[in-house]
Amino acid sequence: MAVVPILSLLIALPLVGAVLLLFVRNRDHQRDGFIQWTALGLSLVEFAATLWMWAKFDPASADFQMVEKVDWIPSFGIQYALGVDGISLFLVVLTGFLTPLALLGSWQSIHKQVKEFCFFMLALESAMIGVFLSLDMFLFYLFWDAMLIPMYFLIGIWGYERRIYAAVKFILYTMAGSVLMLIAILSLAHLHSTLTGSYSFSYEALLAIAVPRNLQVWFFLAFAVAFAIKVPLFPFHTWLPDAHVEAPTAGSVILAGVLLKMGTYGLLRFAFPLFPDAAAYFSPLLATLAVIGIVYGALVAMVQPDMKKLVAYSSVSHLGFVVLGITAMNIQGMQGAVYQMLSHGVSTGGLFLLVGMLVDRRHTRLISEFGGLKHVAPKLVAAFFIITLASIGLPGLAGFVGEFLILFGAFRWNVTFAVVAASGVILSAVYMLWMFQRVNYGPVTNPKNEKMADLSTREKWVLWPVIAMAVFMGVAPWVFLNPMKPAVNRIVARMAEAEPKKVVEIQKMGSDPISVGGR
Amino acid sequence: MSVSMIGPALNGIIPVICVTLAGIACMLAEAFRARDERMPIGGLGLIGLVGAGAAIALLWGRNTESFGVVRADDFGLFVQFVLVVIGVLTILCSPGAIERDKLPAGEYYALLLFAIAGMMLMAVANDLLIIFLTLEVFSIAIYVMTGLRREVFASTEGAFKYFLLGGFSSAFFLYGIAFTYGLVGSTHLDRVAAVVSSQSLTGNPLLLVALGLLLVGFAFKVSAVPFHMWTPDAYEGAPTIVTGFMSTAVKAAAFAAFARVLFSALEPLRGDWAPVLWVLAICTMILGTVVGVAQTNLKRMLAYSSIAHGGYLLVALVAGNDNAKASILFYLLIYAVTNIGAFAIMALLGSREKPREYLDDYKGLWHTSPVMAGLLTIFLLSLGGFPPTAGFVAKWYVFTSAVEAGQYALAIIGVLTSVISVFFYLRVVVMMYMSEGGAAAEAPAAPPRTALVALAISVAVLFYLGVLPTRLIDLAASSIRSIL
Repeated sequence: MAVVPILSLLIALPLVGAVLLLFVRNRDHQRDGFIQWTALGLSLVEFAATLWMWAKFDPASADFQMVEKVDWIPSFGIQYALGVDGISLFLVVLTGFLTPLALLGSWQSIHKQVKEFCFFMLALESAMIGVFLSLDMFLFYLFWDAMLIPMYFLIGIWGYERRIYAAVKFILYTMAGSVLMLIAILSLAHLHSTLTGSYSFSYEALLAIAVPRNLQVWFFLAFAVAFAIKVPLFPFHTWLPDAHVEAPTAGSVILAGVLLKMGTYGLLRFAFPLFPDAAAYFSPLLATLAVIGIVYGALVAMVQPDMKKLVAYSSVSHLGFVVLGITAMNIQGMQGAVYQMLSHGVSTGGLFLLVGMLVDRRHTRLISEFGGLKHVAPKLVAAFFIITLASIGLPGLAGFVGEFLILFGAFRWNVTFAVVAASGVILSAVYMLWMFQRVNYGPVTNPKNEKMADLSTREKWVLWPVIAMAVFMGVAPWVFLNPMKPAVNRIVARMAEAEPKKVVEIQKMGSDPISVGGR
Repeated sequence: MSVSMIGPALNGIIPVICVTLAGIACMLAEAFRARDERMPIGGLGLIGLVGAGAAIALLWGRNTESFGVVRADDFGLFVQFVLVVIGVLTILCSPGAIERDKLPAGEYYALLLFAIAGMMLMAVANDLLIIFLTLEVFSIAIYVMTGLRREVFASTEGAFKYFLLGGFSSAFFLYGIAFTYGLVGSTHLDRVAAVVSSQSLTGNPLLLVALGLLLVGFAFKVSAVPFHMWTPDAYEGAPTIVTGFMSTAVKAAAFAAFARVLFSALEPLRGDWAPVLWVLAICTMILGTVVGVAQTNLKRMLAYSSIAHGGYLLVALVAGNDNAKASILFYLLIYAVTNIGAFAIMALLGSREKPREYLDDYKGLWHTSPVMAGLLTIFLLSLGGFPPTAGFVAKWYVFTSAVEAGQYALAIIGVLTSVISVFFYLRVVVMMYMSEGGAAAEAPAAPPRTALVALAISVAVLFYLGVLPTRLIDLAASSIRSIL
């Protein structure tokens, strides 16, 4: 039976390509072009492969598909296990979609060490796809941590003035959260061995064991903090503005487009289903933080003089919606959360690409330096407009579907959260449109902008896919919603089992003796 | 004892004999070398080490006893194998380094091999007196190696400090042996274990004194806080290639003996020594990383990092279950390959005139010598425990065993300190990749091919074991059965 291990291929292709690129001799940059085209070609092939995976995906099934399982470290029950379901499917496709755009978007802004830049971008893509496809906690953690290194180099080498500070802050914040998750993973595997007699790190095996509630609380906290830092959920968000502002365009696109989703993906995939009772117990707290993040992120975004920072804080706000949708724990909320992850990836990725284009032209990110761009670069402004509206969540564009579903789901659960969160929708219109207006309308106040070039052919090729995707996701949401529905339903069903008994049982927790997993 | 009985009894120490003979050969070669004659003295050492490696393979699984005081069980042989790896890597990286540091080749190789011989015997010693003897054999060789650059002030200072404090700790250790002997009537580990458990000596204050003294002696050799004071000075003063050697080999040998004494002779006293080691482990991990952050000298920084790594090994000693014992072996090998790699690169980049010991010396190294910068990055990432390098698997193994033993505090402090340690490892990376210009703007001389090959193989091994660690984990797990 010759089944193509498509998921392994997805992980291996960029990585192998990246390593081979390292061996291209590139004295005096005479092969920069070759390297860039190769990297772009590889990432396009990778994107095609993700689409191939989508084509082979059975949208009616809630189970993991195209599963590959090989024993890896048998004495600890560690497997090399990959699989894709309706939730991870589109995140992988999104990764495949954004990487070529990020490469193409930074075609001209990366001058030094082009080879290494392409290496790190492709290595990053491999690791990100690995995170989404892993069905073994050990493997997941491995990719989760490995992914930090390329991002660290991308920010640290090709970033702006305070890049080193931002890169180190990024890596330390994320690691500090994730090592505690590692301890929780180890304890969970140990718990599996106390309950069943053998170690296992397999996601599905760990789903099958009944984790005592007192341990669930600790495990959930460890997981949730790791993911909350990544999301980033208020008050763990402080690394994000620094990382975004200092990262090069490609880094920002990937960071906002994919990396942040790993936090919400982790909550949805691991923290909630593995520890349903603790999740039910803590979800009001998480939702509160999410709502604070929505409003706070929007308010702070409003007063930013720096476009990248503005978009960064808008991400805090938008990701707050995603977390809110997850904590609602109903089908609308969770589906909306996944949809919002995708649409935010497209629209914010697009915004960072656009800001990158402006920075390429003027070498500044300050809103006050611009103004009246409509007169000098109408095509750029048109694209900017559509992507801005998609980010705000105008009906008919990508952002609307996700926000609507999340608010709907939240409303079914808790009206207060939904009402406060809805104000975030209005606020996002305020800060995005205000920024758009200051940058693009009015007279050309700054003489440096008078000669600004409009979109080049390359830039059109970068923006067209983003706009097309934003529109497509707005008008045909069922294309994405239907395949993810069975998988989301599975998680919702699992959470529903937990809910009725949550309050009573958790309150009794204090008297529960610690029966397993420690002494 | 007739000659015919000595023959088989020698079996257990054949690896040690191989290395000792190689050491003697190096000394003779140096003595009979004409002035300015170039001689591949290191090659002699390699032959001895390869012979030792072959002997280890032949002895594997046989539990050979020699003279009643040496037991070449798989645990000891595994550590001997680690020591052989350390020796081979050090010798392969030495040629460029000792020329640029102007070290006397013959003495250097002879001392190196004698030290390894002592350590290898220590790894299989089954008697407290033999442990003490071997401790002295390798310590004295290393005191001298630390001070090989006689004209360099820091080198002499480091050697002297190391010697004085080392002498003290040896005295403590010997005193501990004396107390043990006084109570038990034997220094043989099996005998000690039998007497301690059978005669209910567990609460005996004198035995606790003996235990304390032994712990001080070992804690000094593995540079556990608060017995670490000599480490930064000795590491900084020693020629860099020697630092790499002593930071790994001494740890491997000392931890092997430490584990053997604790898990066999003093296992009945676990309730007494485990809390002490618990405190030592926490202090060691925290101090090693926190003080490491403040260093601007790369050698001192790696010295503190090696203290911290000793702390992780102490965690495994406290955990004390099967996985913990196996993880010590696994960790020792990975740590050895990684740390030697990092120090060897420093040694190969620097010279006596321009030691490249400070962080600033690595500014922009990526531009001037990308291969060395890349290799150093991978070694540092492995030290920091990043996947997919073996450093991650090693840490994961140790912390798994700690969690299994219910030592959550140790595991949590361990992972948090390793995040802090990432900060200072990355400082070097920042210097190499993200800072322009600086002292490294002038390209360092190209390293010798043998060294590059050795380092490239080390990196390949680190990636291989980071991705496919199963066989080594199984091997380590199978070789601890002998000391259970």
